[in-house]
Amino acid sequence: MRTTLSIGVAAAICATGALAETPVLNVMTYDSFVSDWGPGPAVEAAFEEVCACDLVFTGAGDGAALLARLQLEGKGTEADIVLGLDTNLTAAARETGLFAPHGVTTDLDLPVSWDDADFLPFDWGYFAFVGNAGEEAAVSLRNLATGDAKIIIQDPRSSTPGLGLLMWVKAAYPDDAAEVWAALADNIVTVTPGWSEAYGLFLEGEADAVLSYTTSPAYHLIAEEDDSKIAWAFEEGHYMQVEVAGKLAGTDQPELADQFMAFMVSDAFQSIIPTTNWMYPAKLPGDGLPDGFDTLLTPAKALLLSSDDAAAMRDVALEEWRAALAR
Amino acid sequence: MARGLGTVIHRLPAWLSAVLVLGLTLGTLIAVATRAEIGRGLSPADWAAVRFTVAQALVSAVLSVVLAIPAARALARRQFRGRGLLITLLGAPFLLPVIVAILGLLAVFGRSGILNSGLAAIGLPQVSIYGFWGVVLAHVFFNLPLAVRLILQGWQAIPAERFRLVASLNGSVFRLLELPMLARAVPGAALVVFLICLTSFAVALTLGGGPRATTLELAIYQAIRFDFDLGRAALLACLQFALGLTAAFVAWRVTPILSMGRGMDRVVQRWDNGRVAVDVVALALVAVFLALPLLMVILRGVPGLIQLPEAVWDAAVRSIVVAVCSAILCVGMALSLALKGGMAVTVIGVLPLAASGLVMGTGLFILVYPFVSPSSVASPVTILVNATLALPFAMRAIGPAVADVQSNYGRLADSLGMGGWDRLRLLIVPRLRRPLGFAAGLAAALSMGDLGVITLFAGDAQETLPLAMYRLMGAYRMDAAAGAGLLLLALSLALFWICDQGARRDADA
Repeated sequence: MRTTLSIGVAAAICATGALAETPVLNVMTYDSFVSDWGPGPAVEAAFEEVCACDLVFTGAGDGAALLARLQLEGKGTEADIVLGLDTNLTAAARETGLFAPHGVTTDLDLPVSWDDADFLPFDWGYFAFVGNAGEEAAVSLRNLATGDAKIIIQDPRSSTPGLGLLMWVKAAYPDDAAEVWAALADNIVTVTPGWSEAYGLFLEGEADAVLSYTTSPAYHLIAEEDDSKIAWAFEEGHYMQVEVAGKLAGTDQPELADQFMAFMVSDAFQSIIPTTNWMYPAKLPGDGLPDGFDTLLTPAKALLLSSDDAAAMRDVALEEWRAALAR
Repeated sequence: MARGLGTVIHRLPAWLSAVLVLGLTLGTLIAVATRAEIGRGLSPADWAAVRFTVAQALVSAVLSVVLAIPAARALARRQFRGRGLLITLLGAPFLLPVIVAILGLLAVFGRSGILNSGLAAIGLPQVSIYGFWGVVLAHVFFNLPLAVRLILQGWQAIPAERFRLVASLNGSVFRLLELPMLARAVPGAALVVFLICLTSFAVALTLGGGPRATTLELAIYQAIRFDFDLGRAALLACLQFALGLTAAFVAWRVTPILSMGRGMDRVVQRWDNGRVAVDVVALALVAVFLALPLLMVILRGVPGLIQLPEAVWDAAVRSIVVAVCSAILCVGMALSLALKGGMAVTVIGVLPLAASGLVMGTGLFILVYPFVSPSSVASPVTILVNATLALPFAMRAIGPAVADVQSNYGRLADSLGMGGWDRLRLLIVPRLRRPLGFAAGLAAALSMGDLGVITLFAGDAQETLPLAMYRLMGAYRMDAAAGAGLLLLALSLALFWICDQGARRDADA
């Protein structure tokens, strides 16, 4: 305990010493990005090599919590960059008026065209139901709804994947979403507050499949050498999650912030993403994707609502979901 | 009777405690309300959430208490090997982080759990845990042990002399001693369980099977995180307080005021031993119901222990420090408030249970943010909040005991001119060792497993064990997370055991 304390004190002294000379760039992000197993530590090391600065990540819950945190802090926020919002949140984020244009012009490797002056993607993925290899897989949302496979999903009111599925159904069936949800109701074992609970329940054998990402099997394959998990390919196409970062207009480090935004779509940053965040890099690094990613499902069709459409549909879609499942 | 003590023991600590509780509960609510813009008010869905919340909390409370009575009676009148261990294990479910407990319950009652595997083996249809009764099952699992402990305290408060008297009169122990004692202990125990279930969120949602199982706390979460509608969040939090205070008022009204009187602290000897089989069955059922899921948590966690990254051990040390500080603060607050006594103190003891964790965290954030960086005060804030959240349990354990000491020994101490520090040291603390130890153990263990405010405040350097566990899960490392869950269970139980047993040494004689 005493050693821990004295190391802590020494680190604090060094940190204050360093603060005096080097500028600090504050990046607010979601929790799993900054954890020891996420991209945070490697990104921090890589950026500090080139920036002569101190990069500080602050974790603030999940994606939705991140926006709420920023709204709480308002104009007084110390953050220079917010990293980890998705397209379902960017409309609300833009409405806060806190963001400035990112100014980065580069060609991204997204399956959809990207044209947003304020928010720049750093990774993306497809939502998918992940099940066990060798078991019968549903081939579409409709097929899932009429069949008797049991699934676990996340609550759209407290989880970003849950909200993603809401948009998936809405994008695939703009006029019949309520009907699809009603048909899905008897397939849903339960609805969890977040992704972790749902995935944990699925691994414990509580359901045939769980709402996650097409890249989830890559984790099991690469980190655990386990090829027993597969993503189900759906005929309607798969809804995308595009994760973005934005520069705050009130930043006291505008040049550093610009440098970070440019760094974010460079090879150094992008090559860290696949095996730490388990998502696709927004701009393919020179070395390509790690082994194992070539085995993943590539959906025939990518679905994504614009951030304005997503914001406009959200409340109606949520009410359809609630009404169908509350019966 | 309060006058006697009040004049000799300084009231300042009680006032400070009261201000802290009011600030953290109502103060944070006001802070959230002041930031609110005009929101959309309450929707029909919110009212549905109120109905579901109250219904599941009521059923969970009644069931927990009804099942707790036979178990508490068996523990009170039987001595057997392993009794102490069983009593300690009774604390375990209550101290578990929600997700760990849910995974343990599912390993028994889930789709691929022991129960359904057994049913399938003998050709019976599967049962599903998901739905209203799944929520109730989980809540009973969490709260039955607490109810047993609270009611057991009622039994232990009956002096040996009373049993002797009733036996010599050939009277009915049940009618003359146990029934009046239960009338006094049961409403309070039921209230505590009701309030815990009132603010349930993850249990209700995960096992409830969908939006049917929306509780008020989830509606608050949605209002803050999803809609950023702070006005609606404040409104819902007010509603939650109103429900909690109504329940507290009802419990207070139906609780008769009586004392079992004082005794000479002899070993309780009983002549009415009843049927052993009844007690064996009651204890065996409770033990199996509680131990099986815990056993699954342990089995699941052991392989993960070796995979634990170093950061998790640092987080564990941090959690222990926070837990010990919270426990000391909590017991100090509870004792000072209990010595003050009165209706206002009762209300203060209920408020933290009815408070929404998310509103408290958000309100604190709004209050703190303009002055200091939230992560720099993460540890002190966590200690304050955890101590306050555990206060209702500590007061439930300490309050009645203090009242008994006051009514039984207050005049004697007054006549001896024993006041101030001497009175605390020589009379009150020695007579309260058992509830004080129980309260400290509970507060420490509750603080270990808490994952509330810390999520809003913690930077990297303030990560606690539950937070580290959730981060492991978020990074697909379910095995390591299960290991962290086991570590959390072991540490919580160890802290609880040290406080509880330490205080009971010699006192059980």
